[in-house]
Amino acid sequence: MSAAFDILLCLMILATAGIALFVRGAFAAIAFFIAFGNLLGLAWLALGAVNVALAEIAVGAGVTGVALILACSRLFELGDNLADVRTPLASRLGSAALCLGFTVMLAGVVLTIPPGDRLSKVVAPLLPGLGIENPVTGVLLAFRGYDTLLETFVLLGALVAAWSLTPDASRRLPPTTMVMTDPTSRIVAEAFTRLLAPAALIIAAYLVWVGSDLPGGAFQAGAVLAGALVVATLGGVVVLPRLDSLAARIALMVGPLTFLAIGLAGAALGGRFLAYPDGLEKTLIVTIEYALAISIAAGLALLAIGPPQPMPNNARADAR
Amino acid sequence: MLVEGGHVFAVTGAVLAGLGFYSFLVKRHPIRQLLAANVVGAGVFLMLGGLGRSPGGADPFAQALVITGIVIAVALSALGAAMVVRLAACGDKDEAPLGEKREGP
Repeated sequence: MSAAFDILLCLMILATAGIALFVRGAFAAIAFFIAFGNLLGLAWLALGAVNVALAEIAVGAGVTGVALILACSRLFELGDNLADVRTPLASRLGSAALCLGFTVMLAGVVLTIPPGDRLSKVVAPLLPGLGIENPVTGVLLAFRGYDTLLETFVLLGALVAAWSLTPDASRRLPPTTMVMTDPTSRIVAEAFTRLLAPAALIIAAYLVWVGSDLPGGAFQAGAVLAGALVVATLGGVVVLPRLDSLAARIALMVGPLTFLAIGLAGAALGGRFLAYPDGLEKTLIVTIEYALAISIAAGLALLAIGPPQPMPNNARADAR
Repeated sequence: MLVEGGHVFAVTGAVLAGLGFYSFLVKRHPIRQLLAANVVGAGVFLMLGGLGRSPGGADPFAQALVITGIVIAVALSALGAAMVVRLAACGDKDEAPLGEKREGP
C-alpha cells in the first residue's frame, strides 16, 4: 500500500516536473513548478522528513514561485514575451543523449547505495545534552551551526546583490509598490491579510518554539511570515521599506548578528566558536531561532519581491 | 529485497536531475533555465532524502543539509530573476553600464 503510494507520488512528481520544464508558456511552467514543489513536499512527508516538507512547500514552492511570477510579469511589461526559442534538432538530440546517459549512470549509482539513516545513531546520543529533541534543529543550530550561520549570511548577501541591481533612478523608491491595481482584488487581499496576518504570526511563533522538540524551526517560521508579508504588501496593508530604511536593515541583520554574537561569546568564554555554554544550550538556541525567524522572514519577503523597479509615475500615484 | 523503499525517491531524484539538465540545455529563456536549475536541485535533494530513509525515519543530517540547500536555492532563484529583469530593462544597449540612468518611456 505504502509502496504503491510512493510510486504513484513519484510518477506525479515526474509528470508535473516534465510539464513545468517543457510546456510552452512561461506562466504555465511556473504554475506547474509550484504544483511540483507541493508534491515534493508530500514526498518529504512520505520520507518522514516533516521539517523538510515544511521548508520545501513554504520556501521551495511558495517563495520561489512568487519571485519567478513577479519576474515574468516584469519581463512582460518590458516587452519580453518570454517566447520559447526552438533549439535545432541536432543539439536537442545531442542534449537528450547526454542527459539520458547522465540519468542512467546517476540512477545506477544511487541503486548501489543502501538507504539508511546511519548518522541518526550518531546524533541521537548527543541530543539530551542540548535539551532539544528535534534532531534536525540540533544539527542545524548546534552540530552544524557553522553551516547555518553562513547560510543566513548567504541570504543577506543575495538580497544585497539583488538590491545592487537597482537602477539609479529608482534607488529612492521602496522595492516596488506591488499593490494590486484592480480595486476588487485589492480589497480581497486587504481583508484576507487582516485575517491571515495574526494567524501567520501565531503559526510562526509556534513553529519556532515547537521546533526544539518537534518538526518546525526558524526557516519554516520565517517562510510563513514572509508569505504573510507578501500578501499584506499586495493588499496595501504593509508599505515596503525603502532600501535605506533603518528598520528594515535592523530586521534583516538581527538574526545573523545574534547568531554571530552568541557564537563569538562561546569562543570568548573559553569554548570554541559557536560552542554553547553548558546548561544554556536550549535558551541560546531558541533565542537565535527567534531572531533568525525575523531576519529570514524579512529577507525572503524582500528577495521574493525583488529590487525597486523603474515604475511608470501613474502606478506610483495609484498606490498612495 | 534489491530495491528498498528509499530507492524509489532516490531514483526519481536522479531522473529529475536529468530532466532538469535537458531542459536547461534546450530552453533558451533565462527564466526557464532558472526553473530547470531549481528542478535539478530538487532532484539532488530527493536523492539525499531517499538514501537517508530507514524504517525509523529520515537521516537528520541529510534533512538539515536539504533545508540549508532549499534556502540557498531560493536565494539563487530570486537573485537570478532580479538579474534577468535588469538585463531586459537594459534592452539592446549591451554596452550600457549597470549604473546608467534610464529615462522612463
